[in-house]
Amino acid sequence: MKFRLIQQHIFYLKIIIHLSALVPLVWFFYLGFNDQLGADPVKEILHFTGISAFNLLLLSLLVSPVAKHFKQSILIKVRRLLGLYAFVYALAHFLSYILFELQLAWQLLISEIIKRPYITVGFSAFLILTLLACTSTMWAQRKLGRKWQTLHNFVYLAGVLIALHYIWSVKSDILQPAVYWGLLLFLLFFRKEKFRQLVKKYKKRLA
Amino acid sequence: MLLKVPKKSDLSENLVTPKDVYLQRRKLLKTLGFLGTGALLSSPSAQALNWFSDDEKPFKTSPLSFSKASDCTTDETLTPQDKITSHNNFYEFGTAKSDPKENAQSFNVNPWTLSVEGLVEKPLTLDYDDLSKLFTLEERIYRLRCVEAWSMVIPWIGFSLAALIKRAKPLSSAKYVAFETLYDPKQMPGQKSRFVGGGIDYPYVESLRIDEALHPLSMMAVGLYGETLPPQNGAPIRLVVPWKYGFKSIKSIVKIKLTDKQPPTTWNRLASNEYGFYANVNPDVSHPRWSQASERRITSGGLFNQNRIPTLPFNGYEEVSDLYKNMDLRRYF
Repeated sequence: MKFRLIQQHIFYLKIIIHLSALVPLVWFFYLGFNDQLGADPVKEILHFTGISAFNLLLLSLLVSPVAKHFKQSILIKVRRLLGLYAFVYALAHFLSYILFELQLAWQLLISEIIKRPYITVGFSAFLILTLLACTSTMWAQRKLGRKWQTLHNFVYLAGVLIALHYIWSVKSDILQPAVYWGLLLFLLFFRKEKFRQLVKKYKKRLA
Repeated sequence: MLLKVPKKSDLSENLVTPKDVYLQRRKLLKTLGFLGTGALLSSPSAQALNWFSDDEKPFKTSPLSFSKASDCTTDETLTPQDKITSHNNFYEFGTAKSDPKENAQSFNVNPWTLSVEGLVEKPLTLDYDDLSKLFTLEERIYRLRCVEAWSMVIPWIGFSLAALIKRAKPLSSAKYVAFETLYDPKQMPGQKSRFVGGGIDYPYVESLRIDEALHPLSMMAVGLYGETLPPQNGAPIRLVVPWKYGFKSIKSIVKIKLTDKQPPTTWNRLASNEYGFYANVNPDVSHPRWSQASERRITSGGLFNQNRIPTLPFNGYEEVSDLYKNMDLRRYF
């Protein structure tokens, strides 16, 4: 008999996602506050939350290609959770930057967002994720109707901005950010038909 | 008879987490951190090396005898030794801050040869023992400001670079001093693989103008916190130029050459718009990608204790400003 995911599997999968997202987050901050994260706990927290946010976003983008390929449409039900945790980690990343890196130097925050391209793109991605998280409820989905899908297509732009944020933030060791670019482009490749349609629609509107 | 009544808050020896358990936790944590959230990838170069370096015996440092330089002390809090020796930019051993400590423990510093050559009357060759015996050693507490906008306060042990250069009797035609790190891909994984070494062309090279090199603040360090340098901090001998960004203070030096033309320097060669030849600490000249106006001082304490403080011109060593009279420091950054 062919394997089929059922509601109960999704339930367990969600529990696993909750645990594996929340436990490390709490644990890392606990260690950070107790000076057990190496010489520079601030950098460590920033890297951990940033990379994890990107990992979760890529995982959320992986859901629909996997569901399609293995014909397990019910899997889509975990996508929102992954997306929301990507936002939670991005929020922790942004708050850590303000609290521990800049230490509430608001003027510096504003000038960095404006002047530094890698901060500008990172911040833009954060705004997009915030917007998507806020409109992730069923209620918002109903309320927004067809606009909801258009809005949530911005997740692809967020992915690109995050990859830029990452590669522009390193000094010379671009290997890891480059691999992340590869993963992102691989996941975007599955959507090439969708992008073609979007471009077509946009052109029509211009004409 | 003395009776000692322990206070409730007193800790006893058996409550201390054993070091290996502590280290294991850290390792587990690392794995968790990257795998827990469904890692698609963990730092490949660094991780791959970690597996092998775990059984490595720690590098043995030895105590040095030295005097304290009275004019080089400070009331600033010293950065703890374990932070100075575990947070390093030494791409020859990997690009992550923790890589050098993890990958450099079997680095061999004895025998060592340091040559002083080029435009000098008396070329010199120093062996390992010479490094700590030829000159009187003194402790100098310097601020170290990294170009990445973090800083430390470090008790170095060493001698004036000027003393070394003068011993070789520089010719008047010498205008610059070039430095070179050891090139040994067998010992330095970053030199063997571009992926581990961050895409830098090795050997690492640095340079100072001759008047900068002869300034009394410029120092050759052979130790810190009373002991010889561990490899991750540039054993057996390194440069320390406290008014410049940390990357100027080249590590594990094998060659010093006096020249009449400005020699190439590693980070300048890699990205000349981001890293200048001079690289003087300057709060008014931003790195193109981040501000240099302030820095985070690395001390002990958790996330809330890493204080952001304003960065000072020449890292607070104003006495060097005479070296740059009539120079546009925005242009020559």
